[in-house]
Amino acid sequence: MSTLEHKLTNTTEMVFTAEFHSLDGNGLEKAKKYADRFQGWFDGVNATDNTAAHAHASNVATAIAIKQLGLEPIMQIVCRDKNRLAQQADIMGASMFGVENFVALTGDDVTAGDEPEARRVFDLDGPQLVRLMSTLKHGEYMSGRKIDPAPQMFIGAVENPAAPPFEYRVERVAKKYAAGAKFLQLQICYHQDRLEKFCAGVKSAGLAGKIAIIPTVVLVKGPRPLHFMHNSVPGIDVPEDQIARVEKAADPSEAAYLQTLEFARHALDQPGVRGLHITDFRNDETLERLMSDLGRVRQAVTT
Amino acid sequence: MTTFIATVEHLVKGPVWGCQDCGQCVLHSTGMTCPMNCPKTLRNGPCGGVRENGNCEVKPEMQCVWLKAYDRTENWPLPKTWKAEYNHLRPPVDNRLKGTSSWKNFFTKRDRWTPAGWAKSTDEAGH
Ligand code: SF4
Repeated sequence: MSTLEHKLTNTTEMVFTAEFHSLDGNGLEKAKKYADRFQGWFDGVNATDNTAAHAHASNVATAIAIKQLGLEPIMQIVCRDKNRLAQQADIMGASMFGVENFVALTGDDVTAGDEPEARRVFDLDGPQLVRLMSTLKHGEYMSGRKIDPAPQMFIGAVENPAAPPFEYRVERVAKKYAAGAKFLQLQICYHQDRLEKFCAGVKSAGLAGKIAIIPTVVLVKGPRPLHFMHNSVPGIDVPEDQIARVEKAADPSEAAYLQTLEFARHALDQPGVRGLHITDFRNDETLERLMSDLGRVRQAVTT
Repeated sequence: MTTFIATVEHLVKGPVWGCQDCGQCVLHSTGMTCPMNCPKTLRNGPCGGVRENGNCEVKPEMQCVWLKAYDRTENWPLPKTWKAEYNHLRPPVDNRLKGTSSWKNFFTKRDRWTPAGWAKSTDEAGH
């Protein structure tokens, strides 16, 4: 059982996860630098899969590197780039190296990236990928061919509480839960009312406590990344007043930090929420500041 | 004969429902909205990229297929059993059926075949 699974299943503690930066060259050396910032703070670190439809070092290689650097990897798998055979191969390959946490995502479209001419795959969709993961976990490939022993897996998915159709997002959570997802990392949501409704919906569907909700916040240095996310990242809408609040502040950097802290506290207060996922564009000391302000204490590194 | 049925089906369903000839029709469970018109060909609901105005991440001028499907399922006078199927987990596409007649595949039950691993895990609880 992964430590993330243990914490979410056997304790009531909040978990904190972070997003590992994409690797493009200078691989392991850079990976070590990134890992050092995260050591002792996080219960899991996401190895992304060609994030925003840009090619990077693979999710499998990154997840293994994270593991070898003494952190707990959460391997994301998107449906955009690979068919079901390749997805199964990636899971089995990563599992050989002790990767246990997997997250299924649909993925941004190829047109969101820098190679929009590429073929989009989407052989499976997100909920189907969750079900495929459950099949592997139960010791079979999709074909029914046996896997002995079955891989150790803790299965998660992603949902966007901030994108229409809002009422339907909770039904999608139910679908992913039924397919085998035990935790749900949410996409960044700059609308507190939408997050509140989403979490309340998950609760009234009887799913709070069954599927661990982990909202995402992002640390930014000023208004520029807010504009960027609003204009260029599919599914993210940053309300004007939230942008203005940072833009018009005497100290935009401090205002951006305080905004993230407020969103983090708000998210942690919602029903069914079992932790927080932190994306970090800043690359400065605010990551530690945020963790401390949220009452976390850095654990001694054991490796 | 088989090709003949496929051609007739295409002529009927193409213009009306935007049929993409996947050969395993799920229109009844998706508010008569063909999910194969979603640029990501998602069969189990909308992706996270739906725009604020409800339009598609990939084709900004088009309403998200799944918003349309949701709206029609809620508001069209469709049979209750069809509406109930909206939230079912639809299995992965069998790519061998592309271009064949879903009408024929329905009557022969060919469209209900799923790989053994899928069929089993669907029977068992996912947990
Ligand atoms: S926005 Fe809707 S139609 Fe467009 S890719 Fe996503 S699910 Fe498909």
